[in-house]
Amino acid sequence: MQLDNVFGIAGTALNAQAIRMNTTASNLANANSVAGSEEEAYRGRRPLFKALMQEEMTHAGAQFVGGVKVDRIVNDPAPIRKTWEPGNPLADKEGYVFHSNVNEMSEMVDMMAASRSYQNNVEVVNTARQLMMRTLEITKS
Amino acid sequence: MDVFNSAFGIHERALGVRSQRMEVLARNIANADTPNYKAQDVDFKAMLKEAKTEYLTATNEKHYAGLTEAPDNGMRFRTPFNSSFDGNTVEMNVEQAQYGKAAGDYQATLQFLQNRIGGLRKAMRGE
Repeated sequence: MQLDNVFGIAGTALNAQAIRMNTTASNLANANSVAGSEEEAYRGRRPLFKALMQEEMTHAGAQFVGGVKVDRIVNDPAPIRKTWEPGNPLADKEGYVFHSNVNEMSEMVDMMAASRSYQNNVEVVNTARQLMMRTLEITKS
Repeated sequence: MDVFNSAFGIHERALGVRSQRMEVLARNIANADTPNYKAQDVDFKAMLKEAKTEYLTATNEKHYAGLTEAPDNGMRFRTPFNSSFDGNTVEMNVEQAQYGKAAGDYQATLQFLQNRIGGLRKAMRGE
């Protein structure tokens, strides 16, 4: 029955958007982190979404075919900013500290987009649930 | 007992197609942020025709195949109003509107079915 699949598909999307919000929370929490070297500096995390198409499913007839998954999480390639702070205990030999490359403004925008997408999928589930309940009541006329 | 086979008429198949459309639209909404995802929709007319067609099946290798045209699953790619940077053609407002309409259509078909059942019930009671 196709209405069952709606729940599975929206479920994968809820999961993916929740992961996206988690990475945003992680990025925002580390927006002001500093490190002693460029390699150790925090880089923003970005989830990469991928559609779950038929052929890559593990078994036929799975309820979430056509949904979405987080393929992998990649690091933001934006350059790391360094400032001269000799008083900082984390500073390197020349007195530089390395800041994370997180842009708080774009993270906030991304968080809003993720929460809107999440709400959209919640609405999809709600509507499908109502229709299913009505279908069950079809004989009570 | 032909009365039960034909009692629901087209609505029985229409309900299946309608719920399939709900699934396709849910897929689009789920993949609203997936790069390069192409939004799809259902060609209702083609799909209903497909649901009504009974294809011949070859049960023996000596049977002739090829009397039938290829099945059309009724899926069509949607043409977006605006193209987006990441190759995704899902437009959330359009999808939401279509999802609402699909839900309404589903309820309409459900209502037709319900009326049929009510009619049958009345006939059986002989009221």
